[in-house]
Amino acid sequence: MTTVDTVTGAAKTMVLNMGPQHPSTHGVLRILLELDGETVVKAVPDLGYLHTGIEKSCEDKTYSQAITLTDRMDYLNPLGNNLVYCMAVEKLLGLEVPKRAQYIRVMMVELQRISSHLVWLGTHAIDLGAMSVFLYCFREREEILKIFEMFAGQRMMTSYIRIGGVALDPPAGWRQAVQKFLNMMPSRVDEYETLLTENPIWIGRTKGIGCISPEDAVALSMTGPTLRAAGVAYDNRKVFPYSSYEEFTFDVPTRTESDCYARYLIRVAEMRESLKIIKQAMERITDEGPVKADAPGIIPPQREKMKTEMEALIYHFKIFTEGFSPQPGEAFVAVESPRGELGCFVASDGSPKPLRVHFRSPSFINLQALPKLIEGQLIADVVACIGTIDIVLGEVDR
Amino acid sequence: MEFRGETTIVVPRNLLRAAAERCRADAKLQFNLLSDATCVDRYPVEPRFELNYQLVAIPRRDRLRLQVRLTGQDPVVDSLVPVWPGANWLEREIFDLFGIRFSGHPDLRRILLPEDWEGYPLRRDFPVPGFRDVPNSGDVFNSGDLFKKSSLR
Repeated sequence: MTTVDTVTGAAKTMVLNMGPQHPSTHGVLRILLELDGETVVKAVPDLGYLHTGIEKSCEDKTYSQAITLTDRMDYLNPLGNNLVYCMAVEKLLGLEVPKRAQYIRVMMVELQRISSHLVWLGTHAIDLGAMSVFLYCFREREEILKIFEMFAGQRMMTSYIRIGGVALDPPAGWRQAVQKFLNMMPSRVDEYETLLTENPIWIGRTKGIGCISPEDAVALSMTGPTLRAAGVAYDNRKVFPYSSYEEFTFDVPTRTESDCYARYLIRVAEMRESLKIIKQAMERITDEGPVKADAPGIIPPQREKMKTEMEALIYHFKIFTEGFSPQPGEAFVAVESPRGELGCFVASDGSPKPLRVHFRSPSFINLQALPKLIEGQLIADVVACIGTIDIVLGEVDR
Repeated sequence: MEFRGETTIVVPRNLLRAAAERCRADAKLQFNLLSDATCVDRYPVEPRFELNYQLVAIPRRDRLRLQVRLTGQDPVVDSLVPVWPGANWLEREIFDLFGIRFSGHPDLRRILLPEDWEGYPLRRDFPVPGFRDVPNSGDVFNSGDLFKKSSLR
């Protein structure tokens, strides 16, 4: 407990423990708040309650086995995690992914972005007292999860993106399912905007709250919608295009207000942009073609070949017992996750198990700026600020 | 060094902060965003630790990796928090999991693991299942010791 200069003269401040079990911390995050009345003087986040040692576990897995671990990191963006890990290993191997698989990846990741933003919007609105938005958001998210189930057989922990391509060919009837979603979604986004954008309570709770200057945001390594709301147009899909993003037409929405309201507007605009990308990706995905690279010894062989060709059977056995060994080296790949720059660093020592796998998790690094956002604000705004950084604690602690 | 289109510059330990400052401030370089910092342990090879800093120049659309090598006997390096404040938690994470100390860091504490954790789990000589069971999962819990120690009782 320290003494600070308060409005009424020198007085003692109070230390309040927020979390770790607090619904608006979106998981298990503990923040020590030093309060002067209702104003936050100092905030110290305390993490690690969800630390599962994913990076250590990867040391004991083959390159393909580690994919399932990445799903569990940022559980609102499993496909994005799969993508960044697989791209890093592909870079290490020097593997080229077929165009058709790249477009499927883009479509799935953009669907995932919408679903992640929907969860964000719903839970953020609930934090700030708007209950009904949550129900509408989860209604649409359910449709996306059904599409994932069609493609991967799993709703959340999909592990659909594999090294060298994707796990399976798109299922029968996928076009109709995605088209149905595309037809429905724009009017649903309008619906959320009707509920919130001009809602005076929503504006009162978010406008002018949690501002950060673009210089500070870059210095603190912030990325994603939080950085773009501060006016810096940094989006990996545009700046360092990957997985054929350079062929798609879309805008990167930016704003300059840099408050919670601007971040809300950015994410809503991003949902609309993602819909555009999904539409273009759908047109590019042909009905026939490979979904995996042609790399014997790395990609498991087809079932029929295994029963007719000796080599295929040997490769199958080798891949699933020993794994494959990339040449020694390091690779760093970054993609744009719904939360910001999601990076993956993989180092190989020439053995079938990775020497080091590291994830640059955007939630972890964006959370670093939280004290900067909330110091000097009211305690009620802490909830709004945690919400708009959009943290996923599974990814913060890994 | 070039590998798969990525440029890596290996910097001697004593020049790291100067090199970082140059990368950020030089008008031709403009590496204003520190994207990531991480460590690789090459045990038993010496120097065993490799620190990797991933830099991004947003205005120039470029990436660069700075690498510093450290020995196991003396894993100390200058902190980059004065150059990029965003290095704070990244360096704390490396300190927590690898035991590398950053001189000049404003707040070098463990970040993910509990304060009383023994060892540095991401080092290669730390076994994947750990050295021992986590406390309070076995005897302590069953014998009721936890209740006795707990101040809640």
